[in-house]
Amino acid sequence: MSDIKKIKDNYIDKLNKENNIEKVNNIKSELFGKNGIISNEFKKLGSISVEERKKLASDLNNIKDELQNKILIKIQEIETKEINLKLEKEKIDVTLPERNIEIGKIHPVSQVIDEISSIFSEIGFSVEEGPDVENEYNNFTALNTPDNHPARDMHDTFYLDNNKELLLRTHTSPVQVRTMLKGKAPFKIIAPGRTYRSDSDQTHAPMFHQVEGLHIDKNINMGHLKGCLNYFIKEFFEVDKIKMRFRPSHFPFTEPSAEVDIGYEIKNGKIVIGEGNKWLEILGCGMVHPNVLKNVNVNPSKYQGYAFGIGIDRLGMLKYGINDLRAFFETDYRWLSHFGFDPLDVPSNYRGLSR
Amino acid sequence: MKFTVDWLKNHLDTKFNNNQIIDKLTNIGLEVESFESSTSELDTFIVAKIINAKTHPNADRLKLCDVDIGSDKTIEVVCGALNAKNGLLTVYAPPGSIIPKNQMKLSVSKIRGVTSYGMLCSESELLLSNESDGIIELKNDKYANKIGEKYFKNTSEKVIDLSITPNRPDCLGVRGIARDLSAAGAGKLKINKKSNLKYRGNQNINVTIKKEKAQGCTIFGSCLIKGVTNKESPKWLKDKILSLGQKPISAIVDITNYVMFDLNRPLHAYDADKIDNEIIVRSSSKGESFEALDNKKYILENDMCVISDRSGVLGLGGIIGGTRSGTEYSTKNILLESAYFLPRSIRKTSKQLNIDTDAKFRFERGIDPLSIEEGLIKASELIKQICGGEISNLDVKKIENYKKTIINFDPFLFEKTTGFNVENKELIKILERLGFNVSKNKKILKLAIPSWRPDIIQPIDIVEEIVRIKGYEYINTLEPIKTRLKPTLNYYQKLFHFLQRSVASKGYLETVTWSFTDSKINQLFKENDEEISIVNPISSDLNVLRNSIFPNLLYYLKKNLDRGFKDISLFEIGPAFKGKNPGDQLTVIGAVRAGKISRLSWNDKERIVDTFDVKKDVIQSLCEAGINKDDIIIDDRTPSYYHPGKSGGVYQNKNEKNAIAYFGEIHPIIMKKLDIKTEGLVIFEICLDYIRASKQKIKDSKSEYKFSDFQKSERDFAFIINKNFKSQELVNIIKSVDNKLIKSVKVFDVFEGENIPEGKKSITVNVTIQSEEKTLNENDLDNINKLIISSVESKSLAKIRS
Repeated sequence: MSDIKKIKDNYIDKLNKENNIEKVNNIKSELFGKNGIISNEFKKLGSISVEERKKLASDLNNIKDELQNKILIKIQEIETKEINLKLEKEKIDVTLPERNIEIGKIHPVSQVIDEISSIFSEIGFSVEEGPDVENEYNNFTALNTPDNHPARDMHDTFYLDNNKELLLRTHTSPVQVRTMLKGKAPFKIIAPGRTYRSDSDQTHAPMFHQVEGLHIDKNINMGHLKGCLNYFIKEFFEVDKIKMRFRPSHFPFTEPSAEVDIGYEIKNGKIVIGEGNKWLEILGCGMVHPNVLKNVNVNPSKYQGYAFGIGIDRLGMLKYGINDLRAFFETDYRWLSHFGFDPLDVPSNYRGLSR
Repeated sequence: MKFTVDWLKNHLDTKFNNNQIIDKLTNIGLEVESFESSTSELDTFIVAKIINAKTHPNADRLKLCDVDIGSDKTIEVVCGALNAKNGLLTVYAPPGSIIPKNQMKLSVSKIRGVTSYGMLCSESELLLSNESDGIIELKNDKYANKIGEKYFKNTSEKVIDLSITPNRPDCLGVRGIARDLSAAGAGKLKINKKSNLKYRGNQNINVTIKKEKAQGCTIFGSCLIKGVTNKESPKWLKDKILSLGQKPISAIVDITNYVMFDLNRPLHAYDADKIDNEIIVRSSSKGESFEALDNKKYILENDMCVISDRSGVLGLGGIIGGTRSGTEYSTKNILLESAYFLPRSIRKTSKQLNIDTDAKFRFERGIDPLSIEEGLIKASELIKQICGGEISNLDVKKIENYKKTIINFDPFLFEKTTGFNVENKELIKILERLGFNVSKNKKILKLAIPSWRPDIIQPIDIVEEIVRIKGYEYINTLEPIKTRLKPTLNYYQKLFHFLQRSVASKGYLETVTWSFTDSKINQLFKENDEEISIVNPISSDLNVLRNSIFPNLLYYLKKNLDRGFKDISLFEIGPAFKGKNPGDQLTVIGAVRAGKISRLSWNDKERIVDTFDVKKDVIQSLCEAGINKDDIIIDDRTPSYYHPGKSGGVYQNKNEKNAIAYFGEIHPIIMKKLDIKTEGLVIFEICLDYIRASKQKIKDSKSEYKFSDFQKSERDFAFIINKNFKSQELVNIIKSVDNKLIKSVKVFDVFEGENIPEGKKSITVNVTIQSEEKTLNENDLDNINKLIISSVESKSLAKIRS
């Protein structure tokens, strides 16, 4: 007995000192191999008395477990050490730059159009479109603006022929005409798009964007118009309250007509929308003129409703603090990167309009 | 329309203060653009303090003064005054000021080699006294805290500037504005004093309005004023004219102008002695001419309404008078005209001749036809008062009688339109104050429309009158009705949305450029489309509608390259025009990509962008937008602005005429013509209108979900094939060998040159074979392999490489 205990102590000692996995394996076969020391001890059990055997077998088993356990731990210990050493060598500088990221952007005008569409979609409007080139009838005459009407002077029109028959639409209102001519009442649409006036300075561009709105049904009155625009402005500027003023105005194609101002103030050189004692005109609207309804074969004694026109670029400038309208159309890479929106930033109601 | 509050109070009894008046005007639809004192030449002179006065380096008698003018920085002024010393408060005139004494305009100037910004003034220079020795010395106690403020108080009255909408000619006169204010409860309209003017004799210049088809004049009223002394206007009148932003001319002209702005009643004064016998109001004949008061000679067309005498045209009725009969200081006898001209005629003539005058602006919008006498009387009274003279009886010639407009108005229309109710009593009060004559017939109101309101012709116009005077704040704010009539977006609108954001997500910056472009650049991209010229372009390099998006995109690409950017990806989605009629336009995406991939990368090899970069972008975008990759075919038919060998088209059908997209390098000749210098440039375009709308939603058109768990095998094949043979064809041949078993075919190596015969190339493909029914054994696979090789060899004349 004392022999095997000595052997055990001796090997435990050896294993403790050992750091090489191969040598540990050698020790393992030295002890437990076919002719291993421990294996041979077990073989001897057959040749001794029963009483002695019982005791020796139990001792042997304990020693075997202890040694095997020790070997296992030792192997794990060495392996861990080796792996750690290898990983240490493999270490890279993760602060080196990643492969080039190419970040695309959505133009503010497109983003604002999507915001507007999202807001009006929530209250049941669908999106209509019309061509950029219009005839004189759809752009003016059908909209109750006959040739000799001074209101035509308010629009500096680009013409495509000398008879002034074909032109670039000066507003999105001809989409009202097209929509009503091809369909049947009721109508509930918005129509965003490009519009053109031959006017060019710091605050005017020869091309800009408008969104037209039209809601025609049996009992739509000015209260609905006010409610709809109040809802839109609050949603668009993402505020709970907005100071808003409806003020009488004149457009040939609506009667009564109104212009809408929103309150603002300048705080630390920045414009704050919705408060303050200054007014900013942002849109024109009114009840669709009975003459327009007649022109598009809608019976004005049965149907009535409102229309509005909003400058998209202007709204975007106010919301996103952009000062220069001309810069919208100058394709300066720096400007586009700065004011553009991430393509995954799709305006929606549930996620919030802007981030 | 400009006027002062004082002028308004000539017509309105009001307790309102200025701010209340301003608010009221805006609230009833007369938008106030500004309310400011008219600017004065003396506004520029400001209180200043000399901080430091030292001797001029090049002149002992001059001083160089640092002057505090109330802004962040001091200003350096050269001054010759002996009394200029440190701490002196004085008056400073910046460059641009006009010195009252000599009317000289100051400019920045060098005095003995030192730049002087403006000057310090003496009392005599400002016409305050004759004291010209030294500069003004201001008292410390009074001016010490006024540095930077105006020295002269602007005493001119504040002027209200209204923006009058084209439907309201009546408010182009102060009285009309007063009437609107009175209707809205801002005071009481004063009653015009009865004139006690004494007339003597008849107007003995015969007036005839010719009865012609195109006659633009229906009433011509006049009177003669004999023995006047024309002169400079008195101060009150000059001030009125100045407040309008106009220059006083002479009493007679100023009076006619004053009456025009006061009553919205344009008048014209002729020197009666210069009229040849009689006045004939007639239509012009082509070629007639006259010299107008703006000192321009106008050559007339047919059918313009002219006032003439026996010698010819005197003036254009209602637009502008002529020099031949103009009044002067020496004028003794006047013929005063007060007429009615038809808006349509005025507008046509003024447009043709491109003349804009205050009279034209008013007649074009519609003048009160019943104000003929009122205007003559008011002006005559003033002329008599200021210039003396005797006034003849009024002579009014007409070819048409004015008919009052009557509207039957059902008050229910008001509530139906505005959504709120106004008591009949109040409603009638508003209308009466606006000048309507109201009588009741049961529930219907019979309204006689005032003669000064040509804009009111139907019941809806009455609704507008009532609601604007009552106040828009009474309109309720109703909750939006959420009813939806149809889906927000249709198929193509969704496609627009998806493609726009798909392309952007590939690293492209979206831009928006003009729909017009330079014809010279457009020329390179227009293919067979017609050129669409703009008759009145904003500038000669934006003179046509764009036939393609690329002219603008490449123009701005070049600008950004010039800014020093090298790697640029840009796109625009918008219209490209194919003809000049409405609807002749396509919605197109145009994209450009310039520069290098992996520029200055520490771990990747950099390379120039190439056709396959944009091919990936375009195909991936199309797939993301919902187009099935298996449903598209690539072809090398492309527009001429592409590199003929390095570009392709994406088609949805083999024989389709129009590609849904193109991609590739731009033609080198175009690069040269546009002088674009970049390492590499590739472009693509997608035409949304040519994409076939799928009838089903993607969720409904998906095939059944099937997959195979049997073992799949991969085999590589290398073929020697004609150089021009398209890899797409080869892939299709292989796929068609067994559509079920062959799951994918991937080209993974292409090369020419060494060991490959001239005119040939080697293509290696990897084919994945898998059955849905069993694991294929060697025999099955061998059979497929043989079939693949034989099909390819027979259909493409290729040879398998051994």
